[in-house]
Amino acid sequence: MHWNTGYLKEAIPIIRHFVDVYRDSEVVCIPSSSCVSMIRDHYPKAAEETGDVKLIADVEALLPRIYEFTELLVNKLGVEDVGATFPHKVTYHASCHSMRSLHLGDIPYRLLNKVRGLELLPLENIDQCCGFGGTFSIKNADVSSAMLADKAVSVLNTGAEVCTAVDNSCLMHIFGSLHRQRTFVRTAHIAEILASESLGGAK
Amino acid sequence: MSTLLEHWGEQDFPTAARELLADSQLRKNVRHATGVITNKRAKVVGELPDWQQLRDSGSAVREHVLSHLDEYLLQFEENCTRAGGHVHWARDAEEAKQIVLSLIQAQSVKEILKIKSMTTEEIHLNQFLDEHGIHAHETDLAELIIQLGKDKPSHIVVPALHKNRQQVRELFVREMGLPELGDQPQDLTAAARSYLREKFLRLSVAVCGANSLIAETGGVCIVESEGNGRMCLTLPKVLISVAGIEKVIPRFQDLEIFWQTLPRSATGERMNPYNSLWSGIHKGDGPEEFHVILLDNGRSSILYDKEAKQTLKCIRCGACQNACPVYKQTGGHAYGSVYAGPIGAILTPQLHKMEQGSSLPYASSLCGACYEVCPVKINIPEVLIHLRGKVVEQEQETLEGKLGPWNIGMQAAAQIFSDGWKLDLAQKAGRIGQKPFIAKSGFIENLPWMLGGWTQVRDLRPLPQQSFREWWAEREKATTKGDSNK
Repeated sequence: MHWNTGYLKEAIPIIRHFVDVYRDSEVVCIPSSSCVSMIRDHYPKAAEETGDVKLIADVEALLPRIYEFTELLVNKLGVEDVGATFPHKVTYHASCHSMRSLHLGDIPYRLLNKVRGLELLPLENIDQCCGFGGTFSIKNADVSSAMLADKAVSVLNTGAEVCTAVDNSCLMHIFGSLHRQRTFVRTAHIAEILASESLGGAK
Repeated sequence: MSTLLEHWGEQDFPTAARELLADSQLRKNVRHATGVITNKRAKVVGELPDWQQLRDSGSAVREHVLSHLDEYLLQFEENCTRAGGHVHWARDAEEAKQIVLSLIQAQSVKEILKIKSMTTEEIHLNQFLDEHGIHAHETDLAELIIQLGKDKPSHIVVPALHKNRQQVRELFVREMGLPELGDQPQDLTAAARSYLREKFLRLSVAVCGANSLIAETGGVCIVESEGNGRMCLTLPKVLISVAGIEKVIPRFQDLEIFWQTLPRSATGERMNPYNSLWSGIHKGDGPEEFHVILLDNGRSSILYDKEAKQTLKCIRCGACQNACPVYKQTGGHAYGSVYAGPIGAILTPQLHKMEQGSSLPYASSLCGACYEVCPVKINIPEVLIHLRGKVVEQEQETLEGKLGPWNIGMQAAAQIFSDGWKLDLAQKAGRIGQKPFIAKSGFIENLPWMLGGWTQVRDLRPLPQQSFREWWAEREKATTKGDSNK
């Protein structure tokens, strides 16, 4: 958030802390493609700007151990069927970072297609940003709302009961509108769907 | 006239955007036009098996030029002069306008022809000439529409994209005195054609821009869709080109890249209908006098900025504007500058040395759609973040900025995020602090001050009473106590 909003020097202690906390982790699993993008796309440069040789080396050592949640399942663990059951109509929203930064491709689909009872409905205009954009949602609230209006229409047009994604930031934003409008549609992070075991499903 | 046009460039993006979002006709026009071009672009780009390599090459050539800009500009000057052209160097808009003025005054004319040139819009050439009793007739259809409507361009390739056919018809009826005018595209273009044709045949001075300046040959190239360019480049006695210094490319051969990527990116065509290339003058054919004005106007200071230098790779295709989900909602006028959309968000503030347009780097959700379509691979999101950094630095230099809600908020957040126990404490405090804001629905529907921007159309789920970490810790404790495992 700080880096993206232009508070570049304020982001450095946060980056140092992150690198510190996960220094000895074999694998870091992150259920958010925008966070992973920050680490992959911006940590190396941010570290370079500090000129701190140790930080630069630490970031380099950290990068290969960073996995977005669905990447971890499919790429690292080689798992597509996690044994989940989620008998609902679901549509998948591809967040900007998951598409353009992480190039997740069909990884989330491969996981969702193995969920028992789940009916996956395609989202139109899937490449259109939902309008969250971090602090953009406040700094340019009007335009953000306009973009969200389009995304909400696309979600409602699918007929799905649940909208899912690999980013809770987008989902918080999309749900904000779906709930305000008192629609019947709710959002659930893909991890919640994949964790569902019984016909009860994720709440 | 709308507040926006009256106070062009003075309103910040959020304010201008709010005014434009209320105009549903405008939004429909913009959405339709950008959709059409985007689809056409996708089709012709999809036909090329080596599109990504073309982007790589285009980017490499442009980067190379920027690293050797002085050499290539001098080479261009030498070759253009040898071919019979005159090269002038203009440090800024003022100097450029004075040069153009004196060249026109030397011909003792009161009217001249104009080809669409965003560079001349950038320096406000037409207004300046009008102040000196010289009227510049725009001959590009969209620029003609803008001129007759006393409007401002809203897109670098299709400047009148915000107007639909009916609005154009009404304008022509009024300004050209054609009460019987039909509303079909053929009727409108026929009207424009007659209106313009007599000017092409009568006027002896034309001002244009340039798509590329070719260092190797001293040549200039202009690509266009309508043919008005061809008229203005060949018929008049005196031709004056105003070109940004970054327009230069090394060799004639390099056009091979840009003549594939530019038309596909700009209008979704495999080739522009008219492609004009000339060097200097030729006795008995075309203009007798040819001038190129090389314009800096803030460009060379962008060169010094390692991160933002890539801004100058731009070949003015407008693909970023068509791809941008923010531009799609507001159109170009929200940016208060001839350069709008993603490229405008990075170029405009830099041309003003960050003294104007400081809200523009924030006019983006950083979605990256622009970078994806840019034929010369300008990493616009990266430059946006870099410029945001500059804006924040400026803000933190003033007491007002330091004590402003954004800075205070971000400093506090930085503190909270820097240590686990601080985040924990903040969450616990948040659970209590949010209570008065939770509505009967169980959700937060109204937040104060600038946070009200969120709740104007969105509800917010309150902070849960138990965080994931707290739930996990509890679960761990329960498991180690010997309870049944899952």
